[in-house]
Amino acid sequence: MNYTPAADAPQRPAQPLEQSRLDLAVIAEMVAPGARVLDVGCGDGALLQLLAQKKGVDGRGVELSQRGVNECVAKGLSVIQGDADTDLSDYPDDGFDYVILSQTLQATRRPRAALANMLRIGRRAIISFPNFGYWRVRAQLVFGGRMPVTGRLDYHWHDTPNIHLCTIRDFVEIVDELGAHIERGVAFDRAGAPIRFSAPWWVWNLFGEQAVFLLERGDQRR
Amino acid sequence: MSVLSEARPACSEGFAPKTVVFQPDRPLLTDGGGRIAPLAIAYETRGTLNAARSNAILLCHALTGDQYAAGVNPVTGKPGWWEAMVGPGKPFDTDRYFLICSNVVGGCMGTTGPASINPTTGKPYGVDFPVVTIRDMVRAQAMLIDHLGIETLFCVAGGSMGGMQVLQWAASYPERVFSAMPIATAAKHSAQNIAFHEVGRQAVMADPDWRSGRYQEQGVRPEKGLAVARMSAHITYLSEAALQRKFGRKLQDRSAPTFSFDADFQVENYLRYQGLAFVERFDANSYLFVTRACDYFDLAADYGGSLAMAFKDTKTRFCVVSFTSDWLYPTSDSRAIVHALNAGGASVSFVEIESDKGHDAFLLHEPMFIATTRGFLDSAANARGLAPDGTSK
Repeated sequence: MNYTPAADAPQRPAQPLEQSRLDLAVIAEMVAPGARVLDVGCGDGALLQLLAQKKGVDGRGVELSQRGVNECVAKGLSVIQGDADTDLSDYPDDGFDYVILSQTLQATRRPRAALANMLRIGRRAIISFPNFGYWRVRAQLVFGGRMPVTGRLDYHWHDTPNIHLCTIRDFVEIVDELGAHIERGVAFDRAGAPIRFSAPWWVWNLFGEQAVFLLERGDQRR
Repeated sequence: MSVLSEARPACSEGFAPKTVVFQPDRPLLTDGGGRIAPLAIAYETRGTLNAARSNAILLCHALTGDQYAAGVNPVTGKPGWWEAMVGPGKPFDTDRYFLICSNVVGGCMGTTGPASINPTTGKPYGVDFPVVTIRDMVRAQAMLIDHLGIETLFCVAGGSMGGMQVLQWAASYPERVFSAMPIATAAKHSAQNIAFHEVGRQAVMADPDWRSGRYQEQGVRPEKGLAVARMSAHITYLSEAALQRKFGRKLQDRSAPTFSFDADFQVENYLRYQGLAFVERFDANSYLFVTRACDYFDLAADYGGSLAMAFKDTKTRFCVVSFTSDWLYPTSDSRAIVHALNAGGASVSFVEIESDKGHDAFLLHEPMFIATTRGFLDSAANARGLAPDGTSK
């Protein structure tokens, strides 16, 4: 894993490239070659490009910012302007093999609806998100008495787009509520090293700074 | 092609576009059950068609546009309607692509329309011209593309009514359209848009000089009615913000209101000018026919009410563009197109461009729109195997 830990300074710009690469590489590894993929919140199209190069996927993207969409279109990617809250309902059932939501779940207005839509549009969904149960986050709140500002969550309480933060345990619970299976899950510590799969949930939830889950739709949709 | 002959249209001096005439053995049979023959199609081309005939782009003009997308329009003496987008080094790069633009059927710039001579009477068609649809316009364009010996168009692009033609092309001839750019358009004309068109038509028909559509034979023109139609339509092409920024409540060449019905306000003066300039170049009956064609456009209706079925299994690459302040063809109309394309599994990009210039934004110099178009065409050209000089790789 080529990963350089960034300094944990609060003033750091959001989502430096080298850090965002970590979950993208893991996501790319989870996708089967030649699959049809919808990347929700695809940014500048880095993941879609990676998937096209490495896995030969037929990729589509949804991105809110005009700048991001323009960059994607200029790269030859098929990307539409929209967001996870308002536009996923437009997609037909089973239109894709995988629907990906990378570092965006916590910024959606209705995360549960977004997840349900993802599992409707694709049989499989891949979600990466920052873990609010990470010990540094907990420590800032418990010992500092302040809303946490960390490398993964580098906004202040008043200007954050992250309105629906969750912990790994919370996420596992909502996956269960949605009747989906966790096919694979990876949590990373601050150094970017994956936590061993056999570790119990509380270990993941405490030491994972971020997590990536591959979900499969359950037989019975709720 | 023995059925074809080249001819000059009956137009003013210095106006020498290319025109192809399809003789009566190749009539255009219209959706409304009409038959147009002979059919003249006036068109312009720019750039060079490569040896593989794979770099042709069809540009579809809007309601009152014409075949002069770029360069100087010989009728008005003004730059072509898409000067911002068409030319060497511009997104529709004449150094790379072969650009074709034809006047629509029902138009008045050399293609057969209501001002043309009806062969059965020897007089101008007037309102006896068959009511044409967007699909009829596209059928006529397909005849031209056949005539030019082009099997597959690299791209079909256009805004507003031109965008409707793009959608119709993609639906009617999916295998002939490699990529498509429907811009500031809709898959069906809204009630509000039909309403505005009806106001315009009623203004034309209320002019005593319209003479039940037979004004040509009587040597008059319904200029006042057509000017009013244009004035009301022109408002719909702008936005409140653009009007406010440009005119506000500023007075025209005076320091105080005159307490009369003179054009005291700059915005009044501007609209009157737009109306007058328009009647010089446009035929009133043509205006009735082209607005009607838009009104009848409802692409989904031809596919059992499902727009997605119109684009089912299409291989065409789409780039849909809307503008934030366009209230004539709002972003929701473009989203409906995108929705249908997604449902049909099409390759589609969609951008809503930030602009306060209203519907007209697609004709103006909008840097983000230009960048989007360039990016989309570049990537499509790569996929099509077009070298930067337009040759086939």
